[in-house]
Amino acid sequence: AAEMRIAKMEGEGARAVPLAGHVGFDSMPDQLVNKSVNHGFCFNILCVGETGLGKSTLMDTLFNTKFEGEPTQHNQPGVTLKSNTYELQESNVRLKLTVVNTVGFGDQINKEDSYKSIVEFIDAQFEAYLQEELKIKRTLHSYHDTRIHACLYFIAPTGHSLKSLDLVTMKKLDSKVNIIPIIAKSDAISKSELAKFKIKITSELVSNGVQIYQFPTDDESVAEINSTMNSHLPFAVVGSTEEVKIGNKMVKARQYPWGTVQVENENHCDFVKLREMLIRVNMEDLREQTHTRHYELYRRCKLEEMGFKDTDPDSKPFSLQETYEAKRNEFMGELQKKEEEMRQMFVQRVKEKEAELKEAEKELHEKFDRLKKLHQDEKKKLEEKKKSLDDELNTFKQKKTAAELLQNQAQQAGGSTTLKRDKERKK
Amino acid sequence: MIKLIIISHQRNLEGYVGFANLPNQVYRKSVKRGFEFTLMVVGESGLGKSTLINSLFLTDLYSKDYPGPSQRIKKTVQVEQSKVLIKEGGVQLTLTIVDTPGFGDAVDNSNCWQPVINYIDSKCEDFLNAESRVNRRSMPDNRVHCCLYFIAPSGHGLKPLDIEFMKRLHDKVNVIPLIAKADTLTPEECQLFKKQIMKEIQEHKIKIYEFPDTEDDDDNKLIRKIKEKMPLAVVGSNVVIEVNGKKVRGRQYPWGVAEVENGEHCDFTVLRNMLIRTHMQDLKDVTNNVHYENYRSKKLAAVTCNGVDTSKTKGQLTKSPLAQMEEERREHVMKMKKMEAEMEQVFEMKVKEKKQKLKDSEAELERRHEQMKRNLEAQYKELEEKRRVFEEEKANWEAQQRILEQQKLDASKTMEKNKKKGKIF
Repeated sequence: AAEMRIAKMEGEGARAVPLAGHVGFDSMPDQLVNKSVNHGFCFNILCVGETGLGKSTLMDTLFNTKFEGEPTQHNQPGVTLKSNTYELQESNVRLKLTVVNTVGFGDQINKEDSYKSIVEFIDAQFEAYLQEELKIKRTLHSYHDTRIHACLYFIAPTGHSLKSLDLVTMKKLDSKVNIIPIIAKSDAISKSELAKFKIKITSELVSNGVQIYQFPTDDESVAEINSTMNSHLPFAVVGSTEEVKIGNKMVKARQYPWGTVQVENENHCDFVKLREMLIRVNMEDLREQTHTRHYELYRRCKLEEMGFKDTDPDSKPFSLQETYEAKRNEFMGELQKKEEEMRQMFVQRVKEKEAELKEAEKELHEKFDRLKKLHQDEKKKLEEKKKSLDDELNTFKQKKTAAELLQNQAQQAGGSTTLKRDKERKK
Repeated sequence: MIKLIIISHQRNLEGYVGFANLPNQVYRKSVKRGFEFTLMVVGESGLGKSTLINSLFLTDLYSKDYPGPSQRIKKTVQVEQSKVLIKEGGVQLTLTIVDTPGFGDAVDNSNCWQPVINYIDSKCEDFLNAESRVNRRSMPDNRVHCCLYFIAPSGHGLKPLDIEFMKRLHDKVNVIPLIAKADTLTPEECQLFKKQIMKEIQEHKIKIYEFPDTEDDDDNKLIRKIKEKMPLAVVGSNVVIEVNGKKVRGRQYPWGVAEVENGEHCDFTVLRNMLIRTHMQDLKDVTNNVHYENYRSKKLAAVTCNGVDTSKTKGQLTKSPLAQMEEERREHVMKMKKMEAEMEQVFEMKVKEKKQKLKDSEAELERRHEQMKRNLEAQYKELEEKRRVFEEEKANWEAQQRILEQQKLDASKTMEKNKKKGKIF
């Protein structure tokens, strides 16, 4: 009876039991946090946007640092991605930050392929992680994760609508990376224009089916602030590393003859909102989404492309061993087949060539057989001629002999006649 | 390329970027996710395993309704698990206790560790399969994170079974040996016993779970103190007794109360603090990064390097099997190219040979034919000459004959004439 009950328990899952005192496992989150702090964090941002939209300045402003780099020219032949990694530390937290910039984006006359190098870059990072994950001896724990966690898409502050390049690019990227669209250099737009601009952008994104990153609302502690912020997307930002004295404080600002735009003034722009959402509240969620959603999608597609399946045709699940062995056998079979095919081809060629040469040989022999026959015929003719000559000779000889004989006879007779005649004459 | 930039401003002051808040984000998410832990207890019956578990987790995990392993008498060693959900301070823990009723209780205990090894491996296998699927859902971690091994308090040393078990499991799971029912040993006996056990553990090169050093010196001092107490000698109790006005868990003897949570009576609090309060996460990490990776790499190496000789496989372990197949494919392509080139060469050579032979044969036949022709021509010429001579002779003779004939004719004509003239009588 006891055994049965235990078996039942195992099948059901966990049963809740009360605790009679303080056990102490409520320190688990702290244990986990301590480990991550010791290990250090890593975060990778991709900035996509046309040259001159203030991408580098915004990064500097966000992270309160002057990152290296010269402003790029507009004459790039294609889009290249430049990545820089920095070790930042704030209180006891170490962050390995990688900032990737799209150089030359939007500068070409024909921008059809602009998105390609970006997609390739993102995929390459997924691929590197996948390769590491699939290794037999792997070190995932110390692997430097280069996958892009957040893509800040810089929209030009035209005030009207998204450019078709923007829509095309974002559509290509939305299933690969968390896209956070921002309106760059938004101090060029007035407040009323900005509201309209945001609505236009949002509706264009929706109508084109572009999935941008939504700040998560499933965790009660941050659900409220996240959902409020979601309604402010896209954030209209201004970046500046210059400081201006306002009152008795030095603030980051841009000074115009008609006034000063304060970066961290929420009435002036959404910079603070961006920083809050991107860094202070949802950085970890961005990493998690990248790993559990975008990377998993990439991985699944890649494995399916290579022919890996989870179940065999009868829908029974494959074990890893079976999958690998099946793959390997298929692969080896393919190679062997290719080898066989090549061999067969050669055998075929050899046969054909042999037949060809045999034909040639046969022709040659036939030719000479013909010549030989001709020769025989000639010879025969010659023999006949010889024979006829010989016959003629014989005939002639006979004739000659016969004639001589006659002549002799005649001569004898004629001799007597002649003699007679001579005698006569003599008389 | 990487230089360190310190933004060491404090919160809520100017210049604060905010990624120092990352740990809080991690904290928040982990609480939401909840935690899992699988603890295995192994030891002969009657060593107080169930009581210790109940004491550790301050709950009746094992009770009349759910009896502990020693109450479930088995003919052979079984491996059974109980899952409980416990909550504390907003933190939820799914605790799985794996026990092994029947372990070490038979007369012949050979291979009684095998079911344990099989269980641990099967959990690793489950995780490996889940991890390797094309469609991966959430992967529940049912791998065994820690194995508490109960040593009977004989006071002498380890039994052969103890040694055998620990040797076989130390590279598969975190093994923490405990001296059970430590209240049967005096402190001095306990000290000696511990020393003896550690000596034997070292002799047999058994790798028990090691506490990692931290960067904090104070923590390291504590850790060193704990290390000196290994193996921990524990006492468990389900009973709460009043001692000096305090309610404590303990075992009541005529001569006094052995308090479970009194550091001078036993090492229970050390164990609890270490296992639950400070090193639970590390036990999971070591299981994941060391024991599981060992299992995985052995398993995958066996699968993908089937039939290939080991001298080649050493370098291949650092590649993913897919990359390895790619490389094999490339190698094969090169091999095929080489083979193709060789076959092509042989083919060309043979064709050349054959063609040459044919040519020679043609030349020979040509030559013979020429010769025969010339021969024939010579004969013809000869014949021509012979005929010419003959014709000449014949012509001469015939001419001669004609003259003779003419003469004869003339003669006979003259005779006729003469006859007519009457000259002839």
